[in-house]
Amino acid sequence: MAQFTCCVTQLIWSTSYPFHCSFVNMSFLRKSVQLFNAAKQNTRMLSGVQRSYSAGVKTVDDRYAFPGARDASFVNNLKLTMPEDYAPIPIYRVMDRDGYVLNEQEDPQLSQEIVEKMFRDMLLLSTMDKILYESQRQGRISFYMTNFGEEASHIGSAAALEMRDVIYGQYREAGVLVWRGFRIDQFIDQCYGNDDDLGRGKQMPVHYGSKELNFVTISSPLSTQIPQAVGAAYALKRKPNNDSCVVCYFGEGAASEGDAHAAFNFAATLECPVIFFCRNNGFAISTPSNEQYRGDGIAGRGPMGYGIATVRVDGTDVFAVYNAMKRAREYVLRENKPVVLEALAYRVSHHSTSDDSTAYRSAEEIEMWNTLEHPISKLKSYMVHKGWFNEKEETEFVSGVRKQVLKQIAISEKKLKPNWREMFEGVYADMPKHLLEQQRELEQHVEAHKQHYPLKSFKQ
Amino acid sequence: MKVSSLARGLLSAIKSNARCSTRSHFTYYPTKLAEGTHDVQKMNMFQAINNAMDLALEQDSSALLFGEDVGFGGVFRCSMNLRDKYGKDRVFNTPLCEQGIAGFAIGVANTGTTAIAEIQFADYIFPSFDQIVNEAAKYRYRSGGLFDCGSLTFRVPCGAVGHGALYHSQSPEAYFAHTPGLRVVIPRGPIKAKGLLLACIKDPNPCIMFEPKTLYRAAVEEVPVESYADDLGKCDILREGKDITLIGWGTQIHVLLEVADLAKKELDIDCEVIDLVSVLPWDTQTICNSANKTGRVLIAHEAPFTQGFGSELAAYIQEKCFLRLEAPIKRVTGWDTPFPHVFEPFYLPDKHRCLTALKEIINY
Repeated sequence: MAQFTCCVTQLIWSTSYPFHCSFVNMSFLRKSVQLFNAAKQNTRMLSGVQRSYSAGVKTVDDRYAFPGARDASFVNNLKLTMPEDYAPIPIYRVMDRDGYVLNEQEDPQLSQEIVEKMFRDMLLLSTMDKILYESQRQGRISFYMTNFGEEASHIGSAAALEMRDVIYGQYREAGVLVWRGFRIDQFIDQCYGNDDDLGRGKQMPVHYGSKELNFVTISSPLSTQIPQAVGAAYALKRKPNNDSCVVCYFGEGAASEGDAHAAFNFAATLECPVIFFCRNNGFAISTPSNEQYRGDGIAGRGPMGYGIATVRVDGTDVFAVYNAMKRAREYVLRENKPVVLEALAYRVSHHSTSDDSTAYRSAEEIEMWNTLEHPISKLKSYMVHKGWFNEKEETEFVSGVRKQVLKQIAISEKKLKPNWREMFEGVYADMPKHLLEQQRELEQHVEAHKQHYPLKSFKQ
Repeated sequence: MKVSSLARGLLSAIKSNARCSTRSHFTYYPTKLAEGTHDVQKMNMFQAINNAMDLALEQDSSALLFGEDVGFGGVFRCSMNLRDKYGKDRVFNTPLCEQGIAGFAIGVANTGTTAIAEIQFADYIFPSFDQIVNEAAKYRYRSGGLFDCGSLTFRVPCGAVGHGALYHSQSPEAYFAHTPGLRVVIPRGPIKAKGLLLACIKDPNPCIMFEPKTLYRAAVEEVPVESYADDLGKCDILREGKDITLIGWGTQIHVLLEVADLAKKELDIDCEVIDLVSVLPWDTQTICNSANKTGRVLIAHEAPFTQGFGSELAAYIQEKCFLRLEAPIKRVTGWDTPFPHVFEPFYLPDKHRCLTALKEIINY
């Protein structure tokens, strides 16, 4: 049966989706005997009328093929294709939970320097998250969202990219910025919306953006960035000698939005070099993934649904994410086609500072993912085996980051906010007359009622 | 979502409109060209738009044109021959998904590439409302100017067409006029459509041009052949007068021009007729100057009354010109109902309703 399954898989997939077979050796089509038999029967039927096409794959006489599914064969026994006919797409991993590489050929053989940067960046992100989360609890910043449990997805994917690759994110991808060199002061200045915030204090905390680091500014509406990433990829593809792609991150909840559907379909039909990186962490605020979809996650939508090469990885395994991303990048640039990459992880943190997640899931479950299956501890174990881990250095690094973050909070808090007149700027490229008038009106009002406005906190 | 056969039907309706003008609720008033304009060509509005896009694609080799059925020339023929001329990687069909078209266009524009996106009918722009309102309009502002999608233009056929009913007749400009960050413009004919579209394409802000589809074939005039761009945010005084200001845009302008003729003939009233052209940002100065001069204002649009853009104009004029107004500002608009099929002649703010309102204002 295993052989048959493989055979059918090859027949159906090898022509259109060479990527699948070579990429992750996925025999995820647990094809039922019926389907295989149908294909065999079809061959017999067709050969009877001297038609030489292979087992149920293609109708030779294209003139009479249905345009909506030219490659489909006929069957003469009615059968619903069931979700159960397909085995779930397997989860690619490199390390086990104890940090041992399972298949030496899959070890990306990253240098000690790179692995140490990965580890440090994950620690930095996690340490900064803890302190900023607390500072929101103390009412010092208005809002925060941590990245606990998803550090490997960010760092592993960012490490496999080039700086010229354009990033579109959702909001829980701060690690990508850490890897690219966004500084602690830049993170914290954004959260305070002070005069050094690149976004000029206009958006809520964690809505980062950096032109320099090719990271498109985050916005709150979920999934809107996904079709935008496709458009950007199309435009990049048309540039002469293009060697950059677009990576778009989103959660599994966001994948339910219409914009995700639009994006997958546009990317496939318009052939765009974009990597759809889905962070499937099991929850969209309180909604568990089994209330989000009934198919095989997000990855399951890729190949059959949209005709997109797809891979699913263990998002707590930094090397698995790295390898998959590296391969996906090569593929999208070589083929000018998209990839769906689903990284499975667990949202260890609350959704945001406005959420208490123990209201909808158990503390034990969270604890398990925070210890046994934690991305940082896995990488740490790997480094221990390699003899690259130094307990003292780690402690010093973490306490150094703590100090730096705390000091920066004190500095960022004291910085003035931008001049309040900037509220009117950037609506249009130039300020139209009606906005100039409104700005002047507010100027006069504030001048007359100074005592009612927090002018001291703003630059003049 | 769309009924493409209906699109064809509308096309033939427009054709028959052109032949049989009695069926139409307006008479087309061509725009007068400035003295000394040579090198002109007779074009209807879809040809002028096609010509504008042709020039835009020629002048900017990165520019892209896309939407539903754009490749073969568009259901209204606006993109005829452009795919053959510029290649299918520059002029192409998208899947049938408005939120995708808008999001994709924003992404294209994020890279600085010019994007001309078509939404097949204004009635179907609502699935892309989120992308346009929350994303396109706010891109520059929210990023502190780090990113923008200014090189983006939406082309959107709008307005009454004779039998378009609920979903092939709408004029949704007021929904978008409530959104800081957008430019919204509406041409009244071929010359204006070409100049506005080229201006929108060059403008560093996301723009929406609503194109009254009943004018695609019915409106024919001598259009300058060269590339030219209109001023955005400016209205046009089409006829000067001292007794009353009539304000409209799109097809309604032609209704108002006829009303001005009738008012002159029947009542010896001198109407000042102003085409608003730009709904957002709009030309407050010219409008207020005119209202101050005449002291009487009539605003007419096809879209429903409540919260139509006429409300914004009336409120603004009332605030700025209070002492000069001799009568209440009157709005003649579509009713507060969905746009009906067989009742269209009773729904539209036609010349008879406008003339009646004008008499009320004059006799106030």
